[in-house]
Amino acid sequence: MNMHGTLRLALNALIRNRTRSLLTMLGIIIGVAAVIVTVAIGAGARESVQAQIDSLGSNMIVVLPGSVTLGGARSGSGGASTLTPEDGMAIAKLPDVAAVSPSVTVRAQVVAGNNNWQTSVVGVAPTYTFIRSWPLASGIFISENDVLSATKICVLGQTVVQNLFPDGSSPLGRVVIIKGVPFTVVGTLSPLGQSGLGQDQDDTVLVPYTSAMQRLSGQTTVNALTISASDATHVAAVQQEVTALLEERHRIVPPQPDDFFVRNLQDIAAAASSTGAVMEFLLAGVAAVSLIVGGIGIMNIMMVSVTERTREIGLRMAVGARGRVILNQFLTESMVLATAGGLLGVVCGLVGTMLVALLAHWPMLIPPVWIALSVFFSAMVGVFFGYYPARKAAALRPIDALRFE
Amino acid sequence: MSVVVVQNLRKHYPMGEADVVGLDGVTLTIESGEFVAVMGPSGSGKSTFMHIVGLLDEPTSGRYAFEGSDVTSLSADERADIRSRRLGFVFQSYNLLPRTTALENVELPMIYAGVSEPKRERIALEKMDLVGVAHLREHNSNQMSGGQQQRVAIARSLVNEPALILADEPTGALDTKSSKDVMELFAKLNEEHGKTILIVTHEPDVAAYAKRVVTFRDGCIVSDERRAERAA
Repeated sequence: MNMHGTLRLALNALIRNRTRSLLTMLGIIIGVAAVIVTVAIGAGARESVQAQIDSLGSNMIVVLPGSVTLGGARSGSGGASTLTPEDGMAIAKLPDVAAVSPSVTVRAQVVAGNNNWQTSVVGVAPTYTFIRSWPLASGIFISENDVLSATKICVLGQTVVQNLFPDGSSPLGRVVIIKGVPFTVVGTLSPLGQSGLGQDQDDTVLVPYTSAMQRLSGQTTVNALTISASDATHVAAVQQEVTALLEERHRIVPPQPDDFFVRNLQDIAAAASSTGAVMEFLLAGVAAVSLIVGGIGIMNIMMVSVTERTREIGLRMAVGARGRVILNQFLTESMVLATAGGLLGVVCGLVGTMLVALLAHWPMLIPPVWIALSVFFSAMVGVFFGYYPARKAAALRPIDALRFE
Repeated sequence: MSVVVVQNLRKHYPMGEADVVGLDGVTLTIESGEFVAVMGPSGSGKSTFMHIVGLLDEPTSGRYAFEGSDVTSLSADERADIRSRRLGFVFQSYNLLPRTTALENVELPMIYAGVSEPKRERIALEKMDLVGVAHLREHNSNQMSGGQQQRVAIARSLVNEPALILADEPTGALDTKSSKDVMELFAKLNEEHGKTILIVTHEPDVAAYAKRVVTFRDGCIVSDERRAERAA
């Protein structure tokens, strides 16, 4: 008997027992739907993290001060006060570096009229908006002159604008008090939203880094140096050059540990997405287990079906069906059952994914290869778990099958 | 030509159950065109004999030649192929597939014999017409009477132009009227179409339609009568 005939025979047998076929498929349907939703959530999350990293600029490199040890307690990265604006200027002269900006971060209560708001005030260089690819919403940004003369001007992030000027009036030209020092607002930043780690990036006030050091932090060191490589392909080279330059400037001889860290955002992104990938694999593993449980369900029903249809098998053998043909018939039945379950599971998974995306506003992405994979694996589950019952049917002796009560 | 030649056929059941009687040295020849009724009380070995002749079961010892070739020690697949091409079966309980139309049931043996679809339908309808059930082609088995179902089963046994039709208590589940119809159909197939028929029954009035009656007891043939004219 040909492929087409066997397939039609299997479909007929399954349609004859519609309710039972559907119930049998349920395990596979749930398993595949779980795989699809899980993978969609994981891939969507990874994609959005990657998109945010990309929006930060894939050629961005961050230098953080190293850790210090005080009375045996190490402070962790960023604890030491080793980076200076002069380090930044030296780095800016390196060949593949497009721009450098120091960051001097101070948490402060910012007051404007009757409103006040605690936020992070960051002292930066005029290149900062270029490095972060962060356009202004209004006004102007910090200039070289502002840095040279440590002007008392500031640029507000959108969250700060909303909280200090809730009436919607333009903040340009207004004065905000930071740590008792009046700063004039010259510009506002366009909204950037949450960072990949869930931080509100718009909750910030930018001032010239000289102003921040002299008037707010009172320190001669900076919290970080943000570097933009001239091209994404030069990131690794710039990282090495920066490391060598700072070791030289800080007079660090090889056995001594560096008093700074050089990180690029790709590394951070990779760390974030690898955590996501582990979760994804765990969830996919759970989903795979449910697929196997679904397969065992199919095996059960196929066993029942073989027993129930023993006389039918006997008759088919009596009128000339070889054992092989009977084997194929039952194997095809369980494969069709599992594949149909897989397809229905994909449909349920897609619907579920859309629901989650709609209700939870979670970014979703369904890689087509997973759809193909889950349908393929359902079919394999069908063949694997259908083999034993089918083998049992084919091995029946026609006379025993015919006499079966 | 001899369709069936069995010599000293024995069948022992290894379970050691006293009430299961096999065959104890059966020798018989059935010629082409014969209409043979095998009679005997239950447990006489008549069904075992039919199952062996139908290649559904194997003898413990003895020889069996079907259409002149030895089929005593064929593989399961080879036996299936002979059943597919050269044998037709009719059972007491009709054994039609449930939720399947009469036409599909009649076509079934041809599916396994690899007959093309349009040809299958043509032959099936031809045989259904021959046994008088062509009007039931789209009926499922639960929409037909016992007599109609058995006629469909007979049409199914005819589609591969078998050398031998084996009927195991074909009237066992039918009322008197339907029994008479079915037996007259067998007689007609034998007389007008030259079909070779082996029928197993324990009812004398069913056996009366046959031209030859072989009686079994305790696994042996105790009588073998031929009649010039059928009695019924």
